[in-house]
Amino acid sequence: MSIRILYFARLREDMGIAQELFDLPAKTCDVKSLRAQLIARGGASAAALGQGKAVRVSVNQDLARDDTPVKAGDEVAFFPPVTGG
Amino acid sequence: MQREDFDIGAEIAAFRRADPGIGAIASFIGLVRDINDGAAVAGMTLEHYPGMTEKALAGIVADAKQRWDIIDTLVIHRVGELKPLDQIVLVVVTGAHRGEAFAACEFIMDYLKTQAPFWKKEQTPQGAHWVEARASDDQAAERWSDPQAK
Repeated sequence: MSIRILYFARLREDMGIAQELFDLPAKTCDVKSLRAQLIARGGASAAALGQGKAVRVSVNQDLARDDTPVKAGDEVAFFPPVTGG
Repeated sequence: MQREDFDIGAEIAAFRRADPGIGAIASFIGLVRDINDGAAVAGMTLEHYPGMTEKALAGIVADAKQRWDIIDTLVIHRVGELKPLDQIVLVVVTGAHRGEAFAACEFIMDYLKTQAPFWKKEQTPQGAHWVEARASDDQAAERWSDPQAK
């Protein structure tokens, strides 16, 4: 199953890409497990998303939590805490 | 969301139109400062997440309308390149009375600052850097965490 992942602000710069398509091996998944799979790739993913990094996540453009489910076709975004206004 | 500046007077005049039910208009205007955390700011770039930004702001406004007896709300947020003195954001709330309009306006700003997907990158003499989120903004939003909070 494939999902679209978007990166914003500092995470976009750290990842070196604004978006990618990612194949999830499992049928069901949640935000925490998706992040762990991305980190397991090492390199820029581990550096940008690894432990201690302040990362916020949205699924289909709603703010998500660690246990928010992720399924095929979803749009998931990773970004730093927001600083608008 | 827009890159261009906005005219506060023209926006409010157009927004209130000729509704005689409006007895109060509360507004907030956020501006670019020339100093942030002790560093001189030459300018900033505001990035956002197209699509989610609109969805998040619509949700915040709907929440405000549920909590307070207000008539309508207007939110304009700029993106792109900004410099000190520039206007960043305008929030306008109309209501029959000032109390509800003031509270709803503050609520919208507190939630916008902690939930709407905008990010500021500042240019300073030491180079460009992403602005860090402030704990004080989280605390400001926290006081509304009870859905009944007013």
